[in-house]
Parts: sequence; structure tokens; C-alpha cells
Amino acid sequence: MRFLFKTDYEDDIRLFPHSGYVVSYGLLIAVLLAAPYALSSYLMSQLVFVCIYATVGVALLILTGFTGQASLGHAAFLAIGAYTAAYLQKYNVPFPVYFLAAGLLTGAIGAMVGFPALRLTGIYLVIATISFALIVEEILARWESVTNGNEGMRVKTLSLLGVAVPRDSPTFYYLCLAVLVLTIVGTLNLLRSPTGRAFVAIRDSETAARSMGVNVALYKVKSFAISAAITGLAGVLFAHKLSFISPEMFTLQLSIEFIIVILIGGTFSLHGAVLGAIFIVMIDPFLTYLKDDMPGIIAGVAATFGAGKDAAADVQSKVAAFASLNGLKGAIYGIIIMLFVLFEPLGIYGRWLKIKLFFQLFPLYKRATFKRQKIYVKSERNR
Amino acid sequence: MSYFRAENLSLHFGGLKAVDAVSFAVEKGEILSIIGPNGAGKSSIFNLISRIYRPTSGRIYFEDQDITEEAPYDIARLGIARTFQNIELFENATVLSNLLVGRHRHSTTQLWQELLFLPSVRANEKVHRRRVEQVIEFLDLEPYREKLISGLPYGVRKVIELARALCSEPKLILLDEPSSGLNVEETDDMSFWIRDMKSELGITVLMVEHDMSLVNRVSDRVIALNYGRVLAMGSPAEVQQHPDVVAAYLGA
Repeated sequence: MRFLFKTDYEDDIRLFPHSGYVVSYGLLIAVLLAAPYALSSYLMSQLVFVCIYATVGVALLILTGFTGQASLGHAAFLAIGAYTAAYLQKYNVPFPVYFLAAGLLTGAIGAMVGFPALRLTGIYLVIATISFALIVEEILARWESVTNGNEGMRVKTLSLLGVAVPRDSPTFYYLCLAVLVLTIVGTLNLLRSPTGRAFVAIRDSETAARSMGVNVALYKVKSFAISAAITGLAGVLFAHKLSFISPEMFTLQLSIEFIIVILIGGTFSLHGAVLGAIFIVMIDPFLTYLKDDMPGIIAGVAATFGAGKDAAADVQSKVAAFASLNGLKGAIYGIIIMLFVLFEPLGIYGRWLKIKLFFQLFPLYKRATFKRQKIYVKSERNR
Repeated sequence: MSYFRAENLSLHFGGLKAVDAVSFAVEKGEILSIIGPNGAGKSSIFNLISRIYRPTSGRIYFEDQDITEEAPYDIARLGIARTFQNIELFENATVLSNLLVGRHRHSTTQLWQELLFLPSVRANEKVHRRRVEQVIEFLDLEPYREKLISGLPYGVRKVIELARALCSEPKLILLDEPSSGLNVEETDDMSFWIRDMKSELGITVLMVEHDMSLVNRVSDRVIALNYGRVLAMGSPAEVQQHPDVVAAYLGA
């Protein structure tokens, strides 16, 4: 185990506490930069989605993980970013301009959602954000002069400084990666400065935050605006990646996917957003596999265990019918959320920390290290 | 003019008069204790000062300025910090970041500067950190810097809450039962710190306390309350011998 000997306040401020971090993150960046030369085009495409989902995950972490304001409306922010890009593109606005415009517009709308949210907490806030998402979905479907209604909008190939950047080119991947990395660095900067600490203070005790001079309302609105703006930026990339957007892409299920990203990744650290994004993007190929290959495999297993030909075919069709059930994806999401909340509230990143600590302390790891204590002194809380 | 003044302060919940026309003044640099049986309205007075409640009537003045209508977060900016009876710390953050939140009223950087973590932000962070370290040294909190609040024992949390209030460099500090839940030694430490806060840091202290030995040791003056009204005011000995106070505590 490494023991850090701190000699300067700088030691607690810098992003990489010691040289080991520089090496491992340097390697990670190198691998990510080399990825287009090694991976198949399908995996590259998945990797781009991981970048976009992780960006949204970071945005949601700022709001939900660090400020403690739950939101099931982030699909709407993504939609606003995407549609702003598609709309401005029609008028030949250059990419950098509509990219920033989408961020600013979504941020402004996020702040507007933040104001009514000031009076709401917990489940009521979730309901309010769901309503917001439904309103946006409806507007997208009805405001045909701008959004083209349910027919959707075509998004032209991204053109950066006069150079076309197709959605499956390495350059597009690098662009998404850069947006993700800049978002993460910006968020880390925020978290080590007064604003980030004010966010965490609001999450843990609004009364105490207020009595320490934190303008709770202002910071909640700020948190909403920042989170929405980042999601809007991700929305622009999302639109370009899909090259076609329509209202039914930005439903409640997408918002739930974003919640799963941070819930499964771990809500206490930015690592969680990235790990969760990998998880959620990779679950799709898994479901396809379930649909395509699973019935045959199970039928094969049944046949080897002595089932007749007809029985095996019967099993195969039943499994196939199950795998192509309509709500299966939603059901699997639900089960995943429940299992994580029950058994690993710290998410994948929390599990990783536990495994790491186990080997660092081996053989002295204590099972109770990560046990949360229950404290019963909160009887008389002022809200 | 007094340093801090409450005039005819009242807080009514329907027919219940939690605080009823209470007037008192705190002089600069003194330690004033408020005592009284449970439900006498002591904590309510604190919550009125820090604007968690809005007074039904009455005014509050601090440094000759009417602060009755100030927003809750502006109270801290004026230099009034407080602790809570039932510890209100930021549970899932480290001790250090808890204390740094105490520095919030001194932060001057803008959001965009923080996103880029400009040198000005870095320099400010170091200033904040230096101040926090001074408080950590003052209250002997060195072993706990990196610890999460959720894993710390009650007595330490109590001290950290005091530390967080001190980090804001207040002119007036409101201590809501600083010794509740502390053992004898911790209470002793607390009494030394309260006196040092007055003599070394020049902070005026307004304190709600049940532990009479602590009150006797540190207070310059004492106010006794019951049913939201002032029973007696004066030196600790005077107040304790006041017949109304004896009656309120022992029944008569």
C-alpha cells in the first residue's frame, strides 16, 4: 500500500494525487486514442455511445449525485440539445456555433426547470421532472414548423471547419471523447472549488448549508443549469451520431437509462458515470444475443439432456417468444436497479474500490470497512 | 448601542407562544448564556436569529443594522455563525470539505473561473485551507482531516460543527447546547475552547446550555427563559438564585 506524505496544501488540491494516477490515466487515454485502429466499426460505434452516455451521466451526477436533486427528465434536455442542433443546421449555422447555442439554450431551460424545483424534494421532484420530460416530448411532436413533428428530423453530416466528419469516422469518436474528457475535468474542477462544496452541502443538509452562507436556491438553480447544459451538448453529438431524430427517441425510458448509468456506476464518483455508461451501452448487444442465439443454445442443451426433437423445438420457440417479449428491456432495467440498490448501493465503482482495497490490505481486509452506520440523532431536523 | 440586540422578539405557532416578547442585548466580546427548562424557547430564539423561522413580531439588530428581514444565507455573510443542537453536518463528505464549506462566505470566485480552475481559484483555495488548518489546530482535529463524518463518534462531530462555524470567521457565534452528549472531559475541553474563542479570537458568544457547571464557568451573563418569556437576567449566580428561576426548575 502506498502512503502519501503530504507537505503542501497543493497535495490536496491537484487532480492526480500521485504519479501512479498519471501513469494509469495516461495509459487509459493512450488506449482510447488507439482504439479506432484496433476495434471493429461496430465496437467503435458502441464506444461513441459510451462517450455520449457518460457525458450525460456526469451531468446527472452533478445534479443527482452531488446536489441531491433527482431528475427523470434528462432525456428532455438531451432532446432539446439535439433538436437545437438539427434546427440550426438547416440554416447553415456552423457546428461550433450551434454546439454552444444548444448548450446555452438547454442550460437556460434547465434553470427554468430548477425554479419550480426549489420547493420540491424527493419523489415530488422526480414527478415534476417526469412531467417536464412529457411536456417536451409532446411539444416536439406537435410543434411541426420547427421540429417536423413525428416524422422526425434528418441531421446532416457534421462539418467541422469545412471538413466533413462522418458519424462513424475516428474524428467523430475523438470529438465525443474530447467532450467527455473536458466535461469530466470541468466537473472535477467544480468539485474542488466552493461551488462544488456548496452542492454537496445542499445534498447533505440544506439547513446547515444555509446557515453557512450558501444561497441554497441559487445553487440549486445553478446545478440544474450546469447539468442541463452539459446534457444539451451531449444531445448535439447524439443527434449527429443517429443522423435522424424523432420525438419517440427521447422517452421516459431514456431518462431511466441515464438514472441507471449513475445508479449502477456509483453515485459518489465520476468513475461511476463512465462505468455505468459502458454497462448500459453494452446491455443492448446482450439483449440481441438473448433474442438471436439464446433459444438455439437452450434447445441444444435440452436436446443433449435427452429431450426429443419436437420437445427441443418447442423449448426453442418458447424461449424465443420470451426473449422477444415487448417490455423485456424495461423489466430487465427494473430488476437491475432493484438488485443494485439492494446489494451494491455504491455501484460498480464501489465494488471495484472494495476489490482494490481487499488486495491492498490482504490478508487484513475487514468486511465492515464499507458498512454504513445508522445514526439516530436526526429526530428534530429543520427542513 | 449594543453589539447585538433583540427587541420584543415573538414567535407564535397559532396560539402557542414559543417566544413571547423577548428582549435582550449582547455586548461585544461577552459570553451570554440562555438557560431554561425544555420547551422554554431557547432554540427557537436561535432559529429566529439565523432566520430559519420568521419572527411573528419584533426586530433583531446586529452592529446597528436591522437584520430581521435578511435572507438566511446573508446572516452568515454578516458574520453570525451557528451550531445545531442535533448536529447538522454534511454526512457524506470529509471533515476537511465540511470545514471548507464554513469558508463559503469568503469565496469570491465565479462559476466560470472555477470550471477552468484558474490560478485565482487555486490561490483562494490555499487561503481557505490555511484558515481551516488554523481552526483544526485550535480545536485539535488533526487526526480527522480525511475522515468521512458518517464514521465519526458523536463527541468529535460536535467539535467539528464548532470548527465549521469558526471557519467562517464569525463575529458572533451561536452555540446551541455545545455540551449535549459530551462526557465530562469533552465538556471541559469545550469550556476552554469557548473561553479561548472569546479571549484569543475575539468572538462574541451567545450560547444555549443545560449544563449549569459549564454555564457558570464560561458565562459573563445569563438569561433564564420559561414559556417563551424572560424570567431573569444577570450574572450566573444572581440568575440561579432568582426565585422565579428556582420555581421554574423545581416547581413551586
